[in-house]
Amino acid sequence: MNSLKINNLSASIEEKQILCDLSLEVPKGQVHAIMGPNGSGKSTLSKVLVGHPDYLVTSGNVLMDETEILGMDPDQISRLGLFLAFQYPIEVPGVSIANFIRSALQARLPKGEKIKAVDYYKSLYDKMDSLGIDRKFTSRSLNDGFSGGEKKRCEVLQMSMLDPTYCILDETDSGLDIDALRIVSDGVNRLRNSERGILVITHYQRLLEYIIPDCVHVMWEGKIVRSGDKSLALELEEKGYDWIKQEIAA
Amino acid sequence: MIRPTEIDIDREKGNFHYDTDYAFDAGIGLDENTVKYISGVKNEDSWLLDFRLNALLAFEKKPLPIHWATKDLQNIDFDVIRYYLSQGQEPRRTWEEVPDDIKNTFERLGIPEQERKFLAGVEAQFDSEAAYSRMKEDLEKEGVLFVGSKEGLSDHQEIFKKWFGKVIPTTDNKFSALNSAVFSGGSFIYVPPGVKLAQPLQAYFRINAENFGQFERTLIIADEGSEITYMEGCTAPKFETSTLHSAVVELVALKGAKIQYITVQNWSNNVFNLVTKRAHAEEEAEVRWIDCNIGSRLTMKYPGVVLKGRKARGEVLSIALANDGQHQDTGAKMIHAAEETTSNIIAKSVSIGEGRSSYRGLVRMPKHLKNCKNNTECDALLINNESQTDTYPAIAVQGDGNSVQHEASVSKVSADQIFYMQQRGLSEPEAMSLCVNGFVNDLIREFPMEYSVELKRLIDLEMEGSVG
Repeated sequence: MNSLKINNLSASIEEKQILCDLSLEVPKGQVHAIMGPNGSGKSTLSKVLVGHPDYLVTSGNVLMDETEILGMDPDQISRLGLFLAFQYPIEVPGVSIANFIRSALQARLPKGEKIKAVDYYKSLYDKMDSLGIDRKFTSRSLNDGFSGGEKKRCEVLQMSMLDPTYCILDETDSGLDIDALRIVSDGVNRLRNSERGILVITHYQRLLEYIIPDCVHVMWEGKIVRSGDKSLALELEEKGYDWIKQEIAA
Repeated sequence: MIRPTEIDIDREKGNFHYDTDYAFDAGIGLDENTVKYISGVKNEDSWLLDFRLNALLAFEKKPLPIHWATKDLQNIDFDVIRYYLSQGQEPRRTWEEVPDDIKNTFERLGIPEQERKFLAGVEAQFDSEAAYSRMKEDLEKEGVLFVGSKEGLSDHQEIFKKWFGKVIPTTDNKFSALNSAVFSGGSFIYVPPGVKLAQPLQAYFRINAENFGQFERTLIIADEGSEITYMEGCTAPKFETSTLHSAVVELVALKGAKIQYITVQNWSNNVFNLVTKRAHAEEEAEVRWIDCNIGSRLTMKYPGVVLKGRKARGEVLSIALANDGQHQDTGAKMIHAAEETTSNIIAKSVSIGEGRSSYRGLVRMPKHLKNCKNNTECDALLINNESQTDTYPAIAVQGDGNSVQHEASVSKVSADQIFYMQQRGLSEPEAMSLCVNGFVNDLIREFPMEYSVELKRLIDLEMEGSVG
């Protein structure tokens, strides 16, 4: 099937179990949101999906368009088409944005093929313009000294340049003021299409006013405990996470 | 200054050698007879033989500097080295005349091609002597001299003898003494007043023989207001036994002259590379050393400038890459000996795997001088947990009219950075390469452009397979 499909996934870090038998499917063409209180395992899920070496998967599998991606190197998973917009993008001094994205695109080409500089810059500048990023940013070091908003915009820029099949946005709204939130959301919405699946991880309902999800999942203690349409997000906002906890306990 | 168009370097490119019959061979080991043999083959004047014999005594008397330098120096066995090997003393003026083995060697290293493309002159040294040497005719007409040490000290004594051994005295250190005793080959260059070379002169030093020591001697004199860029490249095949390369390079920049000296060293991992390089800069002269140290088992090299005239300027830009089994012990010396002199040192080292890099700097400004300035930046990047770096700055500044700025940093490529870059599709070595290139990038920008392109490629090659 054309989807990112997580089956009964359990994972731990330093012998502490974080994900417990989690299942979820994000089909192409849809936007799914995961909401949940702090410590419910949302960020762990995103890291496990992209192959972070610190986590140990104890059971389950993850199929991306029917290809098992668990056990692959992070760069292989990336080149297959899974992108993670980081909650806290890493600063890499000395490596310019232009050079970095170009290297990442180059890594997707067969050996011997080279990116055409003219086409590359045209596409880069177009996308920067639409995300309201100053063109001077191309020569700045990756995330180095960026404000929170600049970092998140830079994540969305990379995402649109690399054109992934599936995207995970991990707390992309954190640290954004209302203007930046709108710009970043517009950027994500432009990437919505029938050939792409998007998984939005967020603590607050606010982001989902801009990026309207097809489906909302609530995560708690390492698994999905509720799924519904976008109204579930509003309900959560209104009643708080304690409501879910009580429901589960009952 | 000048922008050469291409320098081709590849870590494996130099790894081949030919079994060559040498017409002249000083045998194995070093004593008075070795020195006399070398001097005799070259048909030298008696003053030069005396110079060599005195140097031999100085070499024998001086201990290895292991009280401050690495004890690995003790692994050099001076008794098993061959100190002079050549097929003849006269370099050929066309490649057609060069013996086949030697011609093939330099063709594989791309030297004739570079000469056609962008050089004003080339000298190609094979073991002890230059096999080929040629300079463009118009430069000859302008009075530029570009010859080997033998020709420089015999046919042009009136120009070179005055400065020979004056910037770096024989007794400067054990290896300058060794070089002074057995030197052969190298470049002697004289640029007349006001002549500005639009293209670089290049020398290529090739070690072909096993158990061999290469001891070239270079002296460049830039007369008043002249300008020259000189580049040297070096390679050697990989042998099981160690090889010794110990050069002495003296630069003299007279009033208002500019010398830029570029080194790309790409030695195989069995080479002990112990080189003394120093410049003398007179009033308003500028000397710039660009030094890239890649490869070798141990490199010890601290290019220096003695700022002898008012407003003289000295600069060292240095990049060192220490991989497994390598120790790059490099740095710079700036001796301020006149008012209003300025110096700038930027040194970047990258330690990969179990590689070790050391920076040693010396900046001296005596009390009676005013308005001298030095800026020193040395940055180290560590790639793995086993990599090592150390810094030994020595700054002796007296008086209050002078200023010195020293910045040093050590950084490590973090697992988070690598993971982030991998998430965008770069493999681990590609991510490492990008970090290393990023680290040296602002320094490489100061280099002639095509040079920097090749340097980046070389860094990528070094990173491949260095990630475990």
